[in-house]
Amino acid sequence: MSGDRSGSGAYGAAVAVVLGAPLLLAGCGGKENILHPHSHAEHRISVVWWVTMIGAWIGFGVVVFGLFLGWWRRNRPNLPFGGGERAATLLVIGLGVGVPIVVLSLLFVWADIFVIRSTDAPAASSTSLTVKVIGHQWWWEVRYPGTKALTANEIHIPVGTRVNVVGTTADVIHSIWVPELNRKIDVIPGRTNSMLWDADRPGVYEGRCSEFCGLQHAHMSLLVFAQPRAQYEAWLRKEAKPAAASTLTGARVFLSHACSGCHQIRGTGARGLVGPDLTHLMSRTTLAAGTIANTRDDLANWIIDPQHFKPGNKMPALNISGPDLDALLAYLRSLK
Amino acid sequence: MAVDVLPPRTRQRVERLDAIWEERPGLLGWLTTVDHKRIGLLYFFTTLAFFLAGGVEALLIRTQLARPNERVLSPDTYNQVMTMHGVTMIFLFVIPMGVSAFGNYLVPLMIGARDMAFPRMNALSYWLFLGSGCFIYAGLFMRKGANCGWFCYAPLNTKSYDPGLNVDFYALGLIFNGLSTTAGAINFIVTIFKLRAPGMSLNRMPLFVFANLASSLAIIFLLPPLTMDLTFLELQRRAGFHFFDVAHGGDPLLWQHLFWLFGHPEVYLIVLPAFGIATSIIPTFSRRKMVAFPLVALAELLVAFIGFGVWAHHMFATGLPTVSLVFFAAASMMVVIPSTIQIFAWTITVISGRPIFAAPLLFIGGFITFFVFGGLSGIMFAAIPFDQATTDTYFVVAHFHFIIFGAAVFPLLGGMYYWFPKVTGRMYNEPLAKVSFWVTFTGTALTFFPMHILGLLGMTRRVYTYPASAGWGGYNLSETFGAYILAAGLLLIAGNLVWSFLRAVPAGPDPFYGGTLEWATTSPPPEYNFAVIPTVTSPYPNWDREDREEDARRLERGQLVLAAGHETPASTVRDGYWDEILDMPSESPWPITLAFAVLLMFMMVLLTHFVTAAIFGGVALLALAAWHSKEPQEF
Repeated sequence: MSGDRSGSGAYGAAVAVVLGAPLLLAGCGGKENILHPHSHAEHRISVVWWVTMIGAWIGFGVVVFGLFLGWWRRNRPNLPFGGGERAATLLVIGLGVGVPIVVLSLLFVWADIFVIRSTDAPAASSTSLTVKVIGHQWWWEVRYPGTKALTANEIHIPVGTRVNVVGTTADVIHSIWVPELNRKIDVIPGRTNSMLWDADRPGVYEGRCSEFCGLQHAHMSLLVFAQPRAQYEAWLRKEAKPAAASTLTGARVFLSHACSGCHQIRGTGARGLVGPDLTHLMSRTTLAAGTIANTRDDLANWIIDPQHFKPGNKMPALNISGPDLDALLAYLRSLK
Repeated sequence: MAVDVLPPRTRQRVERLDAIWEERPGLLGWLTTVDHKRIGLLYFFTTLAFFLAGGVEALLIRTQLARPNERVLSPDTYNQVMTMHGVTMIFLFVIPMGVSAFGNYLVPLMIGARDMAFPRMNALSYWLFLGSGCFIYAGLFMRKGANCGWFCYAPLNTKSYDPGLNVDFYALGLIFNGLSTTAGAINFIVTIFKLRAPGMSLNRMPLFVFANLASSLAIIFLLPPLTMDLTFLELQRRAGFHFFDVAHGGDPLLWQHLFWLFGHPEVYLIVLPAFGIATSIIPTFSRRKMVAFPLVALAELLVAFIGFGVWAHHMFATGLPTVSLVFFAAASMMVVIPSTIQIFAWTITVISGRPIFAAPLLFIGGFITFFVFGGLSGIMFAAIPFDQATTDTYFVVAHFHFIIFGAAVFPLLGGMYYWFPKVTGRMYNEPLAKVSFWVTFTGTALTFFPMHILGLLGMTRRVYTYPASAGWGGYNLSETFGAYILAAGLLLIAGNLVWSFLRAVPAGPDPFYGGTLEWATTSPPPEYNFAVIPTVTSPYPNWDREDREEDARRLERGQLVLAAGHETPASTVRDGYWDEILDMPSESPWPITLAFAVLLMFMMVLLTHFVTAAIFGGVALLALAAWHSKEPQEF
């Protein structure tokens, strides 16, 4: 058919675009890039990606070449090298059964027998630190067993240390995922799952909940701060302490309004455990699980109208304004 | 049939058949029809309407995600639209379009039968389908649409976390939908096993019919786990049971196991009709038989079978023991083999034939391209560590859209062009069809390809928005552009078909010189499909000229015309030997009545009026009884 030539050109162009695009990926930025591994496990995962990607392009190329060959030889019957039905059938068996069995067996043994050891839950005695991460709709509670430290959404770990991340949930299923550190692990009611984080260099690693958990699944980020051991230990010591006694008026505002019903500030009468612990609120960089920055303005806006940034979250507007709001902000901003 | 040119005795026979099989005219005829072709068309236009709805939902999603922090949809609306998009495309479009619409119209024609084995049950399954679709959409119109994602995990789907009617519309609607699908599948299986034309042994059965048989067999076994899961859910939501409640000894993972025990075979069920269409179009336009015909038939059945052993690969991040993960990864790799067999059989058929790259074959070329692409990214998920990183990201969204849109829908679009002349008797516009292919192909690649990159950059699925700082804006914007191009391509196809229908260039009975029996009759086929029951001696009976000429001579002689009533022959299951003559039921008002009673029953269950629901259940049973009263047939 005469119209075929332009058609084939368009097909070729489309295939070329698709073929070229992933090569750009390696250079892609992004703070949650699977291909920027910062741990041994994630490094292994990214190797699996590069190997399977190259294999996939070869496989794709073979079939697309076949289609081109069909178009190119459209006026000639039979196979290029001759051969009848029997040859065609043998070719189908060879390419459709033989080659895939070999390739898939190799991939299976490599990825699912060997590489999987890096993403498995860490063996009981192989880690020197345990962090408990508890999913809530829609934030993360973070505890350090053996200490009194209790924080939210931002996890500090020592760099170069095997950390056992133990995940559970307070309500529905969530999934903890920090792409540059390791796989994800679902947190499921009634189960305790764990995975390994072993950051190879200091830095801030972003992650997010990756199992649909309701209205604000989109705003459930977490940050991991991998720090040199001394810094981490200083942070943990501070985090474990109760809040310093405060004479600020805001402390009274906090206790007299509904705040303390849901939030805890250790060392005061505020003991609520529905929302995040605020004992050292100012040690965190973001609010509402990575939704907004932890600045005075954003904090004020959050308190005035929590439903604006994150509609459906469990914090009600408390109608705190004027001097009360200023006092409350001053108090919260003192919780270093 | 062009009655006036026939010799007088032949003409008499044809007129008698016309009189016997004629149904009521007008709207009433459509409401009471049992003709598989009219039911196929009803399915076609209904699923097309749902495709339109699902497409509008897709465009809403893409518009909301075009830029960071966009506020086109509220989070609640987004979750409903996102869930309804999935539910619609899977349960109300792809499966009923591929299995029921194409299957209904084509399976009896391809096997040389005059109708489905149970014509009234066929009508019932359509009306139940329509009812379930309306039921599910009633939720959305009341702004109480399903909002928990199409797999709706426990315990998010329980009353504590989703107290409204949203999940109930989903759960009851899908149980309802399952009734229709099950009835349809049983009908297909019996039709395929018993109603094949004499001589059509199993090894001479068209591959399209093999694919439909594989789908139908899969449906019978995959729907019970889903129905059970949804029933457990409703019992927990409404009757105080605790199937998924840890505090009372339940387990949320039970939901996932049962759901995916349904959900993964169901993915193959989605793509099987596409295989069937590909294996119909490729031989016709390559002007040769399928290479490795028996292997392809076997592969279609194997896909449906092995598909039942891979469900836990959706659960690699749930913390199941590594040993079980590895088993499911191995099974997931095994299921690749039947697909590679088919891919190379298709490709080598094209290479070794003399292909004409008309629009239907172009769509199959697009299908093979996208199927291989999505299949290869699917293999990556069988590498467990990679799956544990990318599951529930846009990489998965990319993968399954390449499969569900690229691989399952492209053949449906190609099939629409291919069988348009058969169904309407008119020819579509070829140059415009080619343009529509390239627009659709480009739109599809542009919409779904960047999703791979977004997944690798950490974008999780089912987020209603994302921060500007994540750096995902550019890729999302290009996807949104792609989605609109894709929509334009689909509109071009619709425009072409509507315009061609109105322009009415006659196509003749066999414009493409197809090999299967639907091309042996007129376009559109008469109510009784074939004036003479065709006799089959090969897998491509319409290429056996002598057999078809013998059919014409038989009509003159009055052999195998079967004009004593609504008659069609039954044959033996394996060899297709002549078995007996069946007296088929005629049109009936009872299927639609029964389906309407079932719809009312489900509505009352939804509203917790259980007594009223039981009454409508009783009405349904009465309709069933009335259905079986044999009415006199007059000729």
